[in-house]
Amino acid sequence: MTSPLLQIESLQTCFATVGGTVRAVDGISLEIQKGQTFALLGESGCGKSMTALSIMRLVPEPAGRITEGSVRLNGDDLLQLPEVAMRHVRGKRIAMIFQEPMTSLNPVLTIGDQIGESVRQQRGAQAVRARVLELLEAVGIPDPAQRYHEYPHQLSGGMKQRVMIAIALAGEPDLLIADEPTTALDVTIQAQVLDLMRQLQKKTGMAILLITHDLGVVSEMADRVAVMYAGQIVEEADRATFFAKPQHPYSKKLFASLPDIKKRGQRLAIIPGHVPSLASEFSGCRFVDRCDDAIAVCRSQSPKWIAAATSGGVRCFKLDAAYREQFPIVEKQVTIPEHTVEPSTQGNKTLLTVTGLKVHFPIYKGLLRRVVNHVKAVDDISLSIPEGHTLALVGESGCGKTTAGKSILQLVKPTAGTVKFSGAEFTALSSAQLRRHRSDIQIIFQDPFSSMNPRMMVVDIIEEGMITQGIGGNAPARAMRVDRLLEQVGLSPDIKRRYPHEFSGGQRQRICIARALAVEPKLIICDEPTSALDVSVQAQILNLLKDLQDELGLAYLFITHDLSVVEYLAHEVAVMYLGRIVEQGTVQEVMENPLHPYTKALLAAVPVIEKSAEGVERSIISVQGEMPSPINPPSGCHFHPRCIQAMPECKTSYPAAHINGETHMTKCFLYE
Amino acid sequence: MIQHRGLWIFIVLLAVAAGVLFTMPVKPVVLWTDALVYVLVVTLAAFFSYVRSKPHLLAPWQQVLRRPLAVAALVVLSAYVVVGLLDSVHFRPPLPQQGEYKGEDKTVHYSVEVLSLLDIVLTPLRNTVERSYSSPLATHLYSKELQQQADGSRVRDYARLKYGGAHLVNPQADYAADIAQRSVNALLQAAVAWAVLVLLWSVFLARRARKKLADFLRDVARGKTALPWRVIFVCVGALLLMITVIIELGLPYHLLGTDKVGNDVLYLSLKSIRTGLVIGTLTTLVMLPFAVLLGIMAGHYRGWIDDVIQYIYTTLNSIPGVLLIAAAILSVDLYIANNPGLFETVVERADLRLLFLCLILGITSWTGLCRLLRGETLKLRELDYIQAATAFGMSNNKIITRHILPNVMHIVLIAVVLDFSGLVLAEAVLSYIGVGVDPSMISWGNMINSARLEMAREPVVWWSLLAALGFMFFLVLAANLFSDAVRDAFDPRTGRGIH
Amino acid sequence: MLAYIVRRILYALPILIGVNLLTFWLFFIVNSPDEMARMQLGQKRVTPEAIEKWKQERGYDKALFYNTQAEGGAAFTNTIFFEKSVRLFVFDFGSADDGRDIGYDIRQRMMPSLALAIPVFTVGLLVYITFALIIAFFRATYVDYLGVVLAVALMSISTLFYIIGGQFVVSKLLHLVPISGYDGGLAAIKFLVLPVLVGIIGGVGASTRFYRTIFLEEMSKDYVRTARAKGMAERVVLFKHVLKNAMIPILTGVVIAIPLLFMGSLITESFFGIPGLGSYTIDAIRAQDFGIVRSMVFLGSVLYILGLLLTDLSYTLVDPRVRLS
Repeated sequence: MTSPLLQIESLQTCFATVGGTVRAVDGISLEIQKGQTFALLGESGCGKSMTALSIMRLVPEPAGRITEGSVRLNGDDLLQLPEVAMRHVRGKRIAMIFQEPMTSLNPVLTIGDQIGESVRQQRGAQAVRARVLELLEAVGIPDPAQRYHEYPHQLSGGMKQRVMIAIALAGEPDLLIADEPTTALDVTIQAQVLDLMRQLQKKTGMAILLITHDLGVVSEMADRVAVMYAGQIVEEADRATFFAKPQHPYSKKLFASLPDIKKRGQRLAIIPGHVPSLASEFSGCRFVDRCDDAIAVCRSQSPKWIAAATSGGVRCFKLDAAYREQFPIVEKQVTIPEHTVEPSTQGNKTLLTVTGLKVHFPIYKGLLRRVVNHVKAVDDISLSIPEGHTLALVGESGCGKTTAGKSILQLVKPTAGTVKFSGAEFTALSSAQLRRHRSDIQIIFQDPFSSMNPRMMVVDIIEEGMITQGIGGNAPARAMRVDRLLEQVGLSPDIKRRYPHEFSGGQRQRICIARALAVEPKLIICDEPTSALDVSVQAQILNLLKDLQDELGLAYLFITHDLSVVEYLAHEVAVMYLGRIVEQGTVQEVMENPLHPYTKALLAAVPVIEKSAEGVERSIISVQGEMPSPINPPSGCHFHPRCIQAMPECKTSYPAAHINGETHMTKCFLYE
Repeated sequence: MIQHRGLWIFIVLLAVAAGVLFTMPVKPVVLWTDALVYVLVVTLAAFFSYVRSKPHLLAPWQQVLRRPLAVAALVVLSAYVVVGLLDSVHFRPPLPQQGEYKGEDKTVHYSVEVLSLLDIVLTPLRNTVERSYSSPLATHLYSKELQQQADGSRVRDYARLKYGGAHLVNPQADYAADIAQRSVNALLQAAVAWAVLVLLWSVFLARRARKKLADFLRDVARGKTALPWRVIFVCVGALLLMITVIIELGLPYHLLGTDKVGNDVLYLSLKSIRTGLVIGTLTTLVMLPFAVLLGIMAGHYRGWIDDVIQYIYTTLNSIPGVLLIAAAILSVDLYIANNPGLFETVVERADLRLLFLCLILGITSWTGLCRLLRGETLKLRELDYIQAATAFGMSNNKIITRHILPNVMHIVLIAVVLDFSGLVLAEAVLSYIGVGVDPSMISWGNMINSARLEMAREPVVWWSLLAALGFMFFLVLAANLFSDAVRDAFDPRTGRGIH
Repeated sequence: MLAYIVRRILYALPILIGVNLLTFWLFFIVNSPDEMARMQLGQKRVTPEAIEKWKQERGYDKALFYNTQAEGGAAFTNTIFFEKSVRLFVFDFGSADDGRDIGYDIRQRMMPSLALAIPVFTVGLLVYITFALIIAFFRATYVDYLGVVLAVALMSISTLFYIIGGQFVVSKLLHLVPISGYDGGLAAIKFLVLPVLVGIIGGVGASTRFYRTIFLEEMSKDYVRTARAKGMAERVVLFKHVLKNAMIPILTGVVIAIPLLFMGSLITESFFGIPGLGSYTIDAIRAQDFGIVRSMVFLGSVLYILGLLLTDLSYTLVDPRVRLS
């Protein structure tokens, strides 16, 4: 076997914080071969990004320090190099791209400047420009000569990430570290960027250390996989082995907690609790508190690394010959097939009817601040939700789905259209009248950190709506109701005198749900409630939402970009593109038989978890280009510039709604 | 209620103090600024007792108190505040009754001179007025003057001071030994007082921390306590030393010399503290309601309300601050000059002018905070929890008081603490221009202003200038160091905040 | 862009009107011209005739807003408000109490003010930024810690100390430059050296500390990490990437002060006897010459609004993200 490109040996990185020393990376060892894609998989806060920064020796000092271990690149220990020599490693032998393309580029330097900076170090000034243009071309940026002089803010997120890749490629590195390169991007753009990385890897033969939390991305990209948990690697294997038979209980749970259509009507497996604080001392296995199979030894001793027969290994006593027998022979079922009831579709009253809803934000210009144009954030959408149903509003960022949700609630005043909720016409009500109807519809937000007033106690947060709406009776009755609500969302009533910052993201989202439930709503608008959460926590929240629907007959308007959540949870689906609904129907109709080319593209772009070694090399690009600005939407069908099936009439007029079957609506000329 | 025990004790103490003052044979005088100072003190006490009961509000303060420099600054600030508060309790002492009227006229007549508690404490300094300049610790006047000898001849010589070093029979011979002796005495007294104080304090602290005294003292010496007690003890020691030096050297001599009309400069410097503190704090108090209310309203309601508020603060801001102050103070002067009958005493007149100065300084300085708050409110109102509150049908007033106000308080706090030192410094400059406090009011600005002219003298009269600048420097330095710590603890951007 | 500037200038009008009304209210409503005259002439033994004469000489004897005695348009124009306030809009400042033309004096005194203010401003900015960069380069070391403590100490010292101390040490003890005074042409240099120096030192604490915070904030941004990951030297990261971004808040913060440089520096000019607009203002305040004070208030407001406009324009120059519309 050839010597590895990168060899990390028991790397440890510590951080000094107010709460004590945090061992963000705690004894990591791994090897990456030339030309290999090595995926480091883990949830937020497990130390995977810090591993990457440690390799580059970019750990923010003086708070962070690499305290132990070695990082060998082709045999040279990077941790021993003087800073000057390390600079010749960065950008040349190892390059790195980051999660947030929006902030990772210098806003006041041109694209050409920023790429040129890395080129300049090897070439004469003459060749720089040519090389930059070549690089821009290589990462698939149209019009390189023009883009050369543009600034980062003039590019979309996907384009920025391409520029980041161009910067990384400039030094022709042996290893590219990609830290969550597509997490901030939409699914169609993610597919394009991942594909680009694969093409470039083929061409240059560089190795990629791919850091991600997304099993789908790992499945599409990786040759080898290492799973990180609480600062340590708990499992390592080649992709096929890993996806065919994950060994560590944590890995298994990760798979089980992913929502998809096959798990409809079942509860998702959850990993209870949350990742332990890395500031604490561990006596046993770090996963023990969340593990179903744990036995006594898991608590008292740290599990050793058990090398697998071929390569890789697992850090678990279950595979340790000395303890294997002590575990129960029959593995506990990973998924608990506790069926929840599909709502009966017959005889349900329609709760919410939205007709022709428009939200246009004016753009002022000129001397007299005249309205010259509108941002048509929501442009004529109609939908209805029956009692106890879930309607998923799906679309990429910027399509207007959040604005649509807020305008239904009248948090944003609609420009036109009607919002009828059990008989009341919301758009016609005065603000005083509207206040009385507020308890009927509630909202849960995406970011669990900004959705609660940091200066209020949990009990005050939950009571607030009750007091405002006069629900829940007098003070003692309200207090009892708060306790009951907290129990209902799976929290202990003891926590009610604590403040939001003491809770994890998942717990906060539960409190937000309790707050919404407090005023006895009939409909809850869920605005991406799980997209800021880790997969294992997402499963907890999805289960909770489903339980509450069964119990209380709630209806949900579920706003999301995540199609797997839609498949798992929704009854009806509406797909939005640039302010309009392009396809609508029941979840079976839309997911199993998508009609609109955009829906098809969305579905195709979702990385698929392949449980076998074959079938990875499919082209995952489903659609070219990016969503245009809602200020100047393309003429005709908004999707036509990106549509591979576009016809001449698509450029001139917007297609009318076409009903296919009973309820399956789409707006596309292909079906007329 | 238990949490507010400190507040109640404080209020009872205040009431007792007021009661005592009212039963004394004096006529209490509550100046406008006194009243506002009392309000401020009560507000601050209430605020801190509230903070103590809320762990999330207390956390950043605890962070402030862990910084040695901040704690040292706090000790120094407290010393200034104690002097300032003593100087904020005013009264008019009764005049001694005339013998002839005894029996028939029982009414007590009060002096037109308004004194404060500080004046009483500093009586020995206040009354030892010399004829003119004398340098620090001098026994003779600073310049020669014609004087009559015992034999009737006239000599031009340095005259002996009436009070400074009057106890010395033969100044030339005894002076050095006396100064040395008294310095050593001061040092010894301070050392003894410090040792006793630290020991008692440590016994109390050690008991509360459930530690042995020896262990606790060792921790303190190594600087390993949660609160930096070592720094506190050192600062307290320095303050004690200053007090004993004032007692040992300041009473028999003029520690910092005397000014043109023979007033003790130390006394003037100490009396100036109140003026500085009042300007630094009341100005902020005056502007705060405007800044907070208007800033939040502009950000929350937007639309025409925002336009109007923005117009008001841009207009005010566009007038150069000094000129606006000058224009306003000139108007006040004119008013006072044309209505001389309004005030019973000189002190009351000076006080009203001080209050006006605070008001007008407040009007020129609220705009910055207002703009900050408007910006922050604009950001906050887009946050999910405000949207959630709207979705509950909450009224705008409630959203502002429950959600926005508590979440901008840290900005207000930082602004208030940062403004303080600037305002103290501004007083000196304004007094120089002639639009500062009343010329009859003792302030650092007035001290500097009158001493500045003496810089041209040969030899230079430097002490009054340096004394004023020095007292001002330590106050402003302490305030700056403290505000640094406050900003670090409360500003979420520094990353060390609680967010 | 042009439309933007025009609109901003139109927006400025109501502000200037507001400033004017406010000063008018302060000077003529709160205190009547009679009271002003009485104070100017001394409190005791002022005859009504003397007051009338004083008012007449200064044009304060007219009606405030509406002159009932005059005909037609003159009813509005022949008033104190029109004469004293409206005329300011065409930069007609009228004359001071001593009869001198204010407009002429302002033009005369502008140059000495600028001769002091411009060096203080430009050299000061350079010095502060350099110091802040050095401190930021050594962040989280003792250099940083000491630098910040020193800056805090320096900003805690009153400006008056720097001025008086400077005059005492440099002029009085060392006899390097004259204590105060001014001269035309190049001869002014020897009078300006000390005030410029004092002006720069006076601001060094506060500015250095402020710029350091800006630099440190920039240095924690993601693009700095990207630059480091490219293998850039720390020096290049600091001077090319950080400095360029930090200049946005720094420049736009100081641009507003540029037009106000015309107003001169009150204290420094007065202490050093420089015949600029700062000392002009102080003298007017001391002499209670309301005509000059009013003119300077108006001039200050105009320059402030100009500064606001320049600030917005400077954003477009240094920040490619900002487009005015």
